[in-house]
Amino acid sequence: MSLSPVEGVALAEIESDPDASAPAAKGVVGRSPGQLAWLRLRRDRTAKVSGVLLIFFMLLALAAPLIEMVYGIGPREQFQNLLDGFGMPLGYAGGVTGDHWFGLEPGLGRDIFIRLIYGLRTSLFIAFAAALITATIGVVLGALAGYLGGWFDAVINWITDLTLAMPFLIIALALTPTVTLRFYGERGQVSAAFGVGVLIAVFAIFGWTSTARLVRGQVIALREREFVEAAKASGAGLAHMLFRQLLPNIWAPILVSFSLAVPQFITSEAALSFIGVGLSDETPSFGRMIYDSLDFLQTDPAYVFFPGIMIFALVFAFNLFGDALRDALDPKSSR
Amino acid sequence: MTDAPLLRVRGLSKHFPVRQGLRATGLVRAVDGLDFDVRPGETLGLVGESGCGKTTTGRMLVRLLEPTSGSIEFAGQDITHVGRRELRPLRQDLQIIFQDPYASLNPRHTVGRIVAMPLQVNGIKPPGGIKARVQELLELVGLNPEHYNRYPHEFSGGQRQRIGIARALALRPKLIVADEPVSALDVSIQAQVVNLLRDLQRELGLAFVFIAHDLAVVRHFCQRVAVMYLGRIVEIGDRADIYERPQHPYTRALLSAIPDVTKLGPAGRIRLTGDVPTPLDPPSGCRFRTRCWKAQDICATDEPALVPRDGGNQATACHFPEGESASTSPEGEAASTSPEGEAASTSPEPADAGLVAEAAVSGGEPAGRGAETSVEEVPS
Amino acid sequence: MDSSDPAPSGKPDDHPTVPAQRANEDAYLRVSDLRVRFDTEDGVVRAVDGVSFAVERGRTLGIVGESGSGKSVTSLAILGLHDPKRTTITGEISVGGRQVVGLADEEVRRLRGRDMAMIFQDPLSALHPYYTVGRQIAEAYRVHHPKASRRAARQRAIDMLDRVGIPQPARRFDQYPHEFSGGMRQRAMIAMSLVNDPALLIADEPTTALDVTVQAQILDLLADLQAEFHSAIILITHDLGVVGQVADEVLVMYGGRAVERGSVEQVLRAPQHPYTWGLLSSVPSLHGDADADLLPIRGNPPSLINLPPGCAFHPRCRYADRTGGRSQSEVPALRPVDAADATDAAGLAEATGHLVACHLGAAERAALYAEDIASVGVAR
Repeated sequence: MSLSPVEGVALAEIESDPDASAPAAKGVVGRSPGQLAWLRLRRDRTAKVSGVLLIFFMLLALAAPLIEMVYGIGPREQFQNLLDGFGMPLGYAGGVTGDHWFGLEPGLGRDIFIRLIYGLRTSLFIAFAAALITATIGVVLGALAGYLGGWFDAVINWITDLTLAMPFLIIALALTPTVTLRFYGERGQVSAAFGVGVLIAVFAIFGWTSTARLVRGQVIALREREFVEAAKASGAGLAHMLFRQLLPNIWAPILVSFSLAVPQFITSEAALSFIGVGLSDETPSFGRMIYDSLDFLQTDPAYVFFPGIMIFALVFAFNLFGDALRDALDPKSSR
Repeated sequence: MTDAPLLRVRGLSKHFPVRQGLRATGLVRAVDGLDFDVRPGETLGLVGESGCGKTTTGRMLVRLLEPTSGSIEFAGQDITHVGRRELRPLRQDLQIIFQDPYASLNPRHTVGRIVAMPLQVNGIKPPGGIKARVQELLELVGLNPEHYNRYPHEFSGGQRQRIGIARALALRPKLIVADEPVSALDVSIQAQVVNLLRDLQRELGLAFVFIAHDLAVVRHFCQRVAVMYLGRIVEIGDRADIYERPQHPYTRALLSAIPDVTKLGPAGRIRLTGDVPTPLDPPSGCRFRTRCWKAQDICATDEPALVPRDGGNQATACHFPEGESASTSPEGEAASTSPEGEAASTSPEPADAGLVAEAAVSGGEPAGRGAETSVEEVPS
Repeated sequence: MDSSDPAPSGKPDDHPTVPAQRANEDAYLRVSDLRVRFDTEDGVVRAVDGVSFAVERGRTLGIVGESGSGKSVTSLAILGLHDPKRTTITGEISVGGRQVVGLADEEVRRLRGRDMAMIFQDPLSALHPYYTVGRQIAEAYRVHHPKASRRAARQRAIDMLDRVGIPQPARRFDQYPHEFSGGMRQRAMIAMSLVNDPALLIADEPTTALDVTVQAQILDLLADLQAEFHSAIILITHDLGVVGQVADEVLVMYGGRAVERGSVEQVLRAPQHPYTWGLLSSVPSLHGDADADLLPIRGNPPSLINLPPGCAFHPRCRYADRTGGRSQSEVPALRPVDAADATDAAGLAEATGHLVACHLGAAERAALYAEDIASVGVAR
């Protein structure tokens, strides 16, 4: 029974040694913990591959209008002439040709490649916007709750519990049409931006709790540290305490949770679009495309293949990168 | 003696409520009515074992903790309950050095930022710029000013403690509360830091409240010493008084418990029995009586006041101070009086308080014998 | 002890003659030329580099050194607690005539607890918070006495608690570690270590986390228990005062190497190594001139990855320039104080008398000591 602490002692002894050696080994210029993490990240092959892939995806999304120009086809252009009498694309593999790299949608005859590029844009925009908003809300509320404690902490905790108790899917299913109805009425044409906005809002309402809890816990752990007291003893105010003293020490977990939240929002967006509460057919989106493709699973399997593989690669790359980031920022957690 | 005190503490107390759920079930009297003064340029040592409230006191002096009652006057101004903004000008004169050289520096800040923090927080722009002032401070505490851009993890424990000292000096304070500043350091480094603090104290004319559990370190640093036990000061006096003429039995016991390099083999020391009782429910009367070899009935009923003796410089809170019956030999009496029964009836943790190690030694002998036999029986 | 069964030869021995010879000699623990290396990201850490010593039953060896001197790593190697994947251990460790280095995990585990046990600095982290103290002690007993009944183990645990001076042991048996005070917890930890009556007890800073008055109790207890059980004790500490009180022999370590070894009288009264001098003169004392500066060792402890060449202490040694450059180039061997050349490594564990690893000549050391250190009035 007494063995595990023993080994803990042994490890602590060993682990403290490299730390102690650091000053002697280095030159006059100090390396910040952030720089050390960056060095570790650069040495990690998974991080490199997934990082390059992510940058590629982001460039694709950013350059969508440019690609549209070069490619010569817009996301809403229909090529009815390339469909047969049943609305199925002519040719092999869903109509893959030199002009239409990933083929055409059955029915409307829109180009799948350019819709994927724009879908990527939609997905990444929604996911990043939602992750940013949730992270901001979570960091601010969590840090305040953790640092101030008392009644404020109790209220935030209560709200967090309440939010967590609400069933996300049901509320999203109920809320989205209601809000849309409220703004656009029975027959109004819903704009694409509005759908995106509603989605982001829904994610923001439900997504901030995990970051808030994480940050609150970290802040509580740091609050009792003596460097925080030192700042207090010098008369530092709330803003200085939170933003200068505390936050720099919890960037690592925030960053990791951010990098893991993005793929989660990508899949959530796809899922919501899939069940029809998300975006309108107008806006190119992975979920929407997969939903549409289900009718043609037998007759045109290529239609489900391209968006499917795309969303898989995107989420996979994000998750791999997030894990690599965690290892780089907190090397002890992986051992 | 003639100077007005820089720091005047009267009846200072801190009680922490103990909660179970939402109900307060008790009160930890961590600090319970302290009176002391610190004059400009004077060093006062606050000594005691863990749980005696010395750290809580230090935190209250720099207002990191809110006192429950009593008053703290600094430079003639009552700072017991003033808010952060009114406190700001005084902050500059009142700084703190922490015990843990690892936790007390923000790991994400460079040394330059750490030392400059008090200046920035208070919006002070020293002539020549912040960087010049910080480098001057680093040099003052014996660090290489070129290490300005390094991070704390690149320094050893002793160097980190020097950084903490530089930070405390940044605002040119008049009084520094040093909370066990050397107890986390290796022996050889400890001496470096004590010497540094002594030099700074003399050069800059700083007043110190030096909190420590090590009476030997305090002797090398402090002109006056206050010995604390369970939230009270039991004895206060000049260094010579405390170390050469201790009057409180606890002070004597503490002094004799310090392992002395110059004496080899088991020392003929006073054996205090048991641990410090919990401050949740301290013993009635004199709080030290459960471990005291001189305790009598009056000690359980009347709390001794901190009374000045020997012309007023040394004060002792004891019904039977050493000076008056100098012939008492604690070693002899410790064996004869057994506080066990009495302790068991009043102390909340009778088991802790009422232990006589020697009695246990003889009592346990048969068990030991049995043990050896049983080991031999085991087939291996 | 009951270690009559021959050492299982888990692995073919490189020195076939040596263990057989030594099995009958006096010392219970014999460590010779122990080297422990860790491979880390930043390089190879030579935590222990050629350390030899022996401890007889009934004797206490004090290992003194600062953090990173390799003293704890040595003790963990004796207990076989290093992770074999990350650690390379060479040399010999014989416990009761049995080789520990290279022994299969299962075999070491059987030795551990029964033949040798350890007391830690922080008993709170060494005791499991979710089991009662008594249950943990009883279980430690049953691990090595599988035939003992639950009731017998319980009785044994209660006896041990009683033996280490815990009042009302039967009631304390059912309490959890958090219900014990610091001193009581350390006593319980000692009870747990001794429950199988080990012949070798390793105490790693057993009193560092305790108050001085409680430290005195625990040191007394250890001495009493040793007298009764006739065990060999290794006491690891940074406090020379503690060593002076309880140790018979002293080993001073620096940078993973032994720099001085001898009886407690020899090392504390006539220290030979400048590092030992430094340790002694930097300890604040209760005697002598309180206003005099302490004499610290300059600089900081070295990194074990990047140990200075030659004598590891030379960058901090005040006398390094007197050796004509040998300090920088040549690792001094541990040899008898007045001998010119080194004892061969094989006999080093057994070598008695006062050994030192220093390039300075005996006469020169004596002169320097008389002039610079003894005058300060440290060791008398």
